[in-house]
Amino acid sequence: MSDEVRGEWPLYEVFVRGKRGLNHVHVGSLHAPDDAMAVRHARDVYTRRNEGVSIWVVRSDAITASSPDEKDPLFAPSGDKVYRHPTFYEIPDNVPHM
Amino acid sequence: MSSAVAEPELAAQFDATVRRKDRIEPRDWMPDAYRKTVVRQVAQHAHSEIIGMQPEGQWIGRAPSLRRKAILLAKVQDEAGHGLYLYSATETLGVSRDELTEMLISGRQKYSSIFNYPALSYADVGTIGWLVDGAAICNQVPLCRTSFGPYGRAMIRICKEESFHQRQGFELLMTMMRGTDEQRAMVQESVNRFWWPALMMFGPPDDASPNTEQSMAWGIKTHTNDELRQRFVDMSVPQAKALGVTFPDPDLKWNEERQAHDFGQPDWDEFWDVVKGNGPCNAQRIAHRKQACDDGAWVREAAMAFAEKQKVATA
Repeated sequence: MSDEVRGEWPLYEVFVRGKRGLNHVHVGSLHAPDDAMAVRHARDVYTRRNEGVSIWVVRSDAITASSPDEKDPLFAPSGDKVYRHPTFYEIPDNVPHM
Repeated sequence: MSSAVAEPELAAQFDATVRRKDRIEPRDWMPDAYRKTVVRQVAQHAHSEIIGMQPEGQWIGRAPSLRRKAILLAKVQDEAGHGLYLYSATETLGVSRDELTEMLISGRQKYSSIFNYPALSYADVGTIGWLVDGAAICNQVPLCRTSFGPYGRAMIRICKEESFHQRQGFELLMTMMRGTDEQRAMVQESVNRFWWPALMMFGPPDDASPNTEQSMAWGIKTHTNDELRQRFVDMSVPQAKALGVTFPDPDLKWNEERQAHDFGQPDWDEFWDVVKGNGPCNAQRIAHRKQACDDGAWVREAAMAFAEKQKVATA
């Protein structure tokens, strides 16, 4: 619809680590004039109830994405390699700890 | 040109995704009408959260104790947050924030009519939490499974937070009901004013809601307006009893056969009149939003100028 409305703050994607030991997970996006303000806004918008111990923000236009289509040929190489999964291998029931 | 060739196949993939109740993500191919419907619905929802700050926001300074002020401030701040989650969901479909704000201010996009009714007494803060947020929860819980991914994810966050909103409202009313006769009368008067507008929040009756069928086929909506209205009435009746208030509907009674309450219809002429802009506060709500936007312009520009200057300094 429109590309860059003049003067609009750039868009950032926000990633929050819920607690120690977990990955940062994408939670949404927001607008901010710069990186430092993006972190502050992310705190106010996405962690009002102790939802995080760490925040990453990154300009949306800095992200390179694969095509979202699940039939994408990008993912085809892993489609036919069933031997990468443990269930591919038959082990007798009487073999423990495997 | 290649997209024109592939379109029937893309449409079939889209339909299959919706049919198996999988989610549509922003960069997926989608029918134009689906995109328009999602933008319209999510934007309207976002605008409702933002405009919804106004009726209660007016009571922050007048709330009777520091505890009540802190609660109300947190609640109104949540509404702002909900608006932002939903704006960001809308923007994934290529609409900019400025466009959305402009469409709200110019009246090209709507917001929920409930916020065109004034909050006249402090009891209204409680009633809005109990009935208005209660109705919103009824609407929103099924939307966590809506077909458009970013909308569903925003709804999950919102639903987690709404529960506090409803409970603080109910607790406020319970406190007033334990007070003086005057306070009890204030609560009942407030409930009388908000009951019918709360029922209107579910939208027109199914036979007058032209978009419902298509929205349900696309998995954007999962229940009809009348189904959700019924659910809300059935939930609210025992809550009113616990509180000690009545609803202003002489036709409201339990129907043993249906295992549900029968109830009267809101004044749908009033509903359409408010939608068209003739409610008690339509003009005031938009004027206030426009003023906030205009008054904040210099802050947005200054922050942007500062960011540019820093960039030059570090380059």
